[in-house]
Formats: sequence, C-alpha cells, structure tokens
Amino acid sequence: MSGEAARAGAIRFQGLTLGYDRHPAVHHLDGTIAAGDLLAVVGPNGAGKSTLLKGIVGEIRPLDGSVEAGPRSGAIAYLPQAAEIDRSFPLSVLDLVAMGLWRPLGAWRSLTRQRSRLIEALAAVGLNGFEDRPIGTLSGGQFQRALFARLILQDARIILLDEPFTGIDERTTADLLTLIRGWHREGRTVVAALHDLGQVRAHFASTLVLARRPIAWGPTREVLTPPVLARALRLSEAWDEAAAICRHEAHEAHHGGSPETPAPGHGHAGHGHGHDHHEHGHHDHDHGRAHHGAVS
Amino acid sequence: MTFADCLDFLIGPFVEFGFMRRALAGCLALSLSAPPLGVFLMLRRMSLMSEAMSHAILPGAAAGFLVAGLSLPAMTLGGLVAGLAVALAAGLVTRSTVLKEDASLAAFYLISLAGGVFLVSLRGSQVDLLHILFGTVLALDDDALTLLGGIASLTLVALALLYRPLVIECVDPLFLRTVSRAGGPVHSAFLALVVVNLVGGFQALGTLLAVGLMLLPAITARFWAADLSGLIPVAMLVSMLSSVTGLLVSYHAGIRLPTGPAIVLAAGALYLVSMLVGPRGGLLHRLVRRRHLEA
Repeated sequence: MSGEAARAGAIRFQGLTLGYDRHPAVHHLDGTIAAGDLLAVVGPNGAGKSTLLKGIVGEIRPLDGSVEAGPRSGAIAYLPQAAEIDRSFPLSVLDLVAMGLWRPLGAWRSLTRQRSRLIEALAAVGLNGFEDRPIGTLSGGQFQRALFARLILQDARIILLDEPFTGIDERTTADLLTLIRGWHREGRTVVAALHDLGQVRAHFASTLVLARRPIAWGPTREVLTPPVLARALRLSEAWDEAAAICRHEAHEAHHGGSPETPAPGHGHAGHGHGHDHHEHGHHDHDHGRAHHGAVS
Repeated sequence: MTFADCLDFLIGPFVEFGFMRRALAGCLALSLSAPPLGVFLMLRRMSLMSEAMSHAILPGAAAGFLVAGLSLPAMTLGGLVAGLAVALAAGLVTRSTVLKEDASLAAFYLISLAGGVFLVSLRGSQVDLLHILFGTVLALDDDALTLLGGIASLTLVALALLYRPLVIECVDPLFLRTVSRAGGPVHSAFLALVVVNLVGGFQALGTLLAVGLMLLPAITARFWAADLSGLIPVAMLVSMLSSVTGLLVSYHAGIRLPTGPAIVLAAGALYLVSMLVGPRGGLLHRLVRRRHLEA
C-alpha cells in the first residue's frame, strides 16, 4: 500500500477527516485515487467536495487521519472554486499565465525566452491575442480559460479542479473539458468537484459521491445511480453544534478492521455493500446522543 | 522675471547652502525607495498599514532617545527593533490564529504606540516630541545621509530580488502557497522593508510625514499609469518633484514654513491635481464621455 502511495500521481486517504472548528466536513475517508484517474467528486452543497480538494492540496490540515499525494505535495496544480485572485491588480494576462512556470523558473530566472510557450498555452485555451490585456478586463469565462492556461504550464502530475465550470458558458465548458480529457490521456491524475451529472457521466471515468462521508466510489456508471444520489441528498445534514466527540477509532477496533483495505482506485464506501457503518447506528457517542441529530 | 532669476529661484538655494543640498540628497534617496513600497501597499489595499507601522516604530525611537538622547544610531536601532517586532508578531499571529492581518497589526501597533507616548512623556519636552513627529530635514548630517542612501540601495536591491513572488503574493496568494513556501518569508521581508524605510524617513521627515512620502506619490501615480512598470517610476518621479517643491517653497516662503510638512503638502497638491486631470480615471476624464470604439 505504501509503495503504491509513493507512486507519482496517486492520492491516498487514510481515515481522513477534514473540517472546521472540529466539525467534520469530510468524515473518515479511506481509499486511493489511482495515478492517472479521471475522478469526479459529486455531492450536494456542503457535502465536503471543496474541503476534500483543499485537504489534498494542503490548504487545511486534517482533523484526523492523513492524505498522501505523490512524492511531493508541490506537484499538485489546484484551481480553487472562487479564486482569491485580485482581479483589480494591474497585471497582464501573459503575466498571470506565466505564474504557471514558477516551478522551473522560480523567482529570478528570465521569462523572456518562455514567451512562445506562454502564447502557445493561451492559444490552447482559445485566448489568442489576449496576452497584453489587463486581467481586470476579462469576462468570467475568459478568465477561467486563462487560469486553465496557467494549469497547462504548471505541468503537474495531479490536477485538482473545484467546480471549474460554474458560471461558464457551454462552449467554454466544452473546450475546457477537451483539455481535461487531454490531461487524462497524458496520464495525469485529474480530480474535479462537479455538479452537472450529465457532464460527469459523459466525461469522467470514476466518481466519488460525497455527503461528508463517502457514499459511493467507483466507476461512474455503477456509482451514479438514483438510490445513491438520493442517499447523498438525505445525508447532507446541517452541523450539530452540540455534536459529541467522534469515537470512530474505538468502533474500528471493535469491527476488526477486516474490510478496510480498498481495491486500488476504490473507496471503502464501496457500492452500497453495507459497509456504511455511520448509517446503521453503530457509531457510539458520549451520552448516547445521536451523532447526526437535529440542529438545536 | 528673467530666465536667470528663474534659475536662481530654483537652483540658488541648493548652490548656496550645504544644508539645502543635504536635504535634497536625503529626500531624493528616500524618493527612490519609499514610493515603490507605497505602490505595493496601495495595490494590496494596505495603504493604512504603513500609518500603523509608523506608529509602531515610535516606542523604539523613544527608547533610543531615552537612553542616548537625540542620537541617530540609538533612535534608528530602537525604531527598527520596535517596527520589526510589531511586523513579525502581527505576521505570526495572522498565520497561526483566526485574526486577519489588519486586526492583528492594529492590536500590536496600538500597544506599541501607547508604550511610545508613555516613554516620550517620561522624559522629553514638547519640543522633543515635535522633533520625532516632524523630523529635521534641514539638519541632516553625514551619518543620516549615509543611512538614507544605504536604505535606498537596500530597498531597490531587495525589491528587485523579491519582485516576482511579491507580485504573485499580491495577486493570487493561494496559488503561491500551492507552488512554494516563499509566500510567508516574502511578505515578512516586504514588511521589513516598509519598516526600514519608515525609520529612515522619520529621520528626515518625521514618522507621520515619512508615511506621506511613501503613499501619496504611489496613490498619485495610479492616475497616470496602468501597470506596475509605469506605476513605480511615476511614483518615484512624483516623490522627487514633491521633495524639490517642498524644499523650495519652505525656503522661499516669507513665513517660517517647516520643511517636512511642506514636502508632504507638495505631494498632496500633486495628488489633488492628478485626481482632477489624471488620464487614468481622473475626475475630469470621467466627466467627458468619449466616443466608444467599434470593437
């Protein structure tokens, strides 16, 4: 298992719990995203999709468990949902895209000989002739294209995309999906949080359905079924301010831990073969309070 | 007025008096280093942060003053220590707690300022306090000039080295965090440069007015230039122009006009004029509706 995790491009989760203020937003995720996978993460709002991507890239520290992404965490390219980018900053599109070359160039090496590479990347996303435009003058779709050009130049083994097509028109989405498929063919690991299930079915090999805890994880065709989606919707409940301390560990020991080794590329949530222990009420908590009680 | 009169009006004071030449040299050095920092502060919406930092260096300078009187090295060292301590502490608190940078900085600079006022009032008279607030641009000695020159050189070299990560950190801090660990150190180094310049400027112009020469030219430049490669040189030019104008006005004025404030008022006047007539979003240009283009 550890040998596999060391493989460039694979992402391994071990009992990963991510959250805010001790409240889990992603709860006990186990499994491995195989190198070269094209994985869609779907789930209702608040299901923990963005949190999971932030956890992989190291933006937030796990509350529990661990995530290992390839040999170096820096080899990950990450497109956040609402980029913190200051678009009023007087910067040209070319300079924005050139940031993608940080890894080879660092702070001091010259950019002048890279100009053709930058123009090429801009052309690949359909932004020919936009080099000298200030970033503040781009439309939402054009800006997203520019960010994809930056992703191209980052040349990363693992690419994380957080709802990359929100507010983007069909043509741009189609162009960018073509790009994503190209990355997949090149053997890169692509993980995208998405809402459009049609898109997921058409373009993504595997899918992880998330509702804080993993609901299902496997080949898209087998995972995206109405019962699974209905369950995901039902389980995306609100925070319980008075939630008790999670005693998952104790439960695990009691369980014997036998089925915890997932097949490569699949999570232990499986395809509904009854291992979703949270739902069956074994989850012991202090004071016998239900873990997912109503918000008071 | 003949051409010769003009020349005499503009150059005469500097030719005639050594203290005017020193003042000019000191202000021009500061004009090369402080405005570029102001440009970055403005673009990061941290303009008011330099004001806070200038308050933060006060207790250090006051401590130096208490120990050694009006001594340049003591007050400079004290100011540097206090300013860097506040910048580092604020940065540390921002990174390790829930506080945002402005809040943590506000907390530390207020502590520092109160301490400074306390220290100054322990010994100094009103005159000393005025000196710290308004500086003595007409009494720059060799040591002070060397200090200002050194600070300007250090700032320009450091900015050249930090430029790329600094710009990325301003535009997309999250991106920089995912590709490099440079973000934190670069930000700290930038704050350190601000502190160093404020400490240098407070020798010449005083703490309050050092901020003016850092920010007013940068803000003025926004009305004349669109991108960094324009903003920085324009800000330097505005700063130099303000320095020369301020020195001349305070020299020629019939009444006794303190030089430090005269320089900052000159920068303020340039700002007001630019705000009205500046081609990039100036008021007058907004009033005139130009015909739009075909595409």
